[in-house]
Amino acid sequence: MALRHLKTAEFDGLVEQAPLAMVDFWAPWCGPCQALGPVMEDLGVRYEGKALVAKVNVDEEPDLARRFGVMSIPTVVFLKQGREFDRKVGAYPPPVYTEVLDKAL
Amino acid sequence: MAYGVIVIGGGPAGLSAAVNARARGSAVLVVSNPPEENPLWRAEKVDNYLGLPGLTGPELMAAFRDHAARAGAEFMEGRALSALRSGEDWYVGVGDSMVQGRAVVLAAGVVRGKKFPGEAELLGRGVSYCATCDGMLYRGKKVAVLGWTPSAKKEASFLEGIGCQVLYFDKPRDCVIQGTDKVEAVTCGGVTEAVEGVFLLRPAVAPGELFPGLTVEGGFVTVDRNMATNLPGVFAAGDCTGGPLQVSKAAGEGLIAGQKAAAYAAAGK
Repeated sequence: MALRHLKTAEFDGLVEQAPLAMVDFWAPWCGPCQALGPVMEDLGVRYEGKALVAKVNVDEEPDLARRFGVMSIPTVVFLKQGREFDRKVGAYPPPVYTEVLDKAL
Repeated sequence: MAYGVIVIGGGPAGLSAAVNARARGSAVLVVSNPPEENPLWRAEKVDNYLGLPGLTGPELMAAFRDHAARAGAEFMEGRALSALRSGEDWYVGVGDSMVQGRAVVLAAGVVRGKKFPGEAELLGRGVSYCATCDGMLYRGKKVAVLGWTPSAKKEASFLEGIGCQVLYFDKPRDCVIQGTDKVEAVTCGGVTEAVEGVFLLRPAVAPGELFPGLTVEGGFVTVDRNMATNLPGVFAAGDCTGGPLQVSKAAGEGLIAGQKAAAYAAAGK
């Protein structure tokens, strides 16, 4: 499955099922988030079947953003079976994210 | 639009790079703080710029900017906060927007990279470098703005305008940011305030922070004779590469960096 856009209602079910997940908290008005967009799309394809790669719009899903204490965007949270084990604040080149994913696979 | 060359910094090195990249046909964008915030602006008199002794800092700055503008460079006011490469292009985050270019000339001057205790640990958990980016997430909350430039005061007003309760610290030193999972308080100069957010608005981001993986030695960017750094398409010029911190040296390095960046951008097309 390629990049997913998650809503609050489906979030827990999907993320807890996933052995590995990477969630990008973003907003449409945030420039760095837009630069990260294509990177996330690409990772969604590259990690298909290995990790859940998803985005959460903080304007539409403020409860999720609050729950994860997201106070700067983009923030990318890495989870195993729904439990956070790492996060990256800000937009970075792909290797920064693939390193975390590959180590956890 | 995608530029050929993005220049970060509007001092002599950056503007010289802009003029010379334009001369080689590149579309050029200069990202910088307002000229009045450039260190050269504060120079009462510059006596060692060849052929033009006795000019003031503001006179030189105005002439440099005018030259770059007439050469066709575009200007954008703001601080470069992040840079990432995707595909063949660089994406530079400037405040809450993002610009795209094939090559980058880093000419942002000397930037101290030292962080306050708690700053790195609480980044994204109450610590922010951009009021216009993250301000909306702090509406109705009490935040501290640690500012070092007049632009920082403007960003503090922006935060007040959207409903944050703002405590402004002017050029603070020896600050400590406290909190376990998120920011709870900040202490500067012995004064502690309970806050939920701390905005650190320095004149510029340290080169190694701006470009992850950039080779920096003793705070200065490592470059070769082409002013190329270790990162593809990233060149550096001026004070950020080391001393002497003089206008002539900056302009000379800017010329090389501008030409090489334009050649890099043209080769990739």
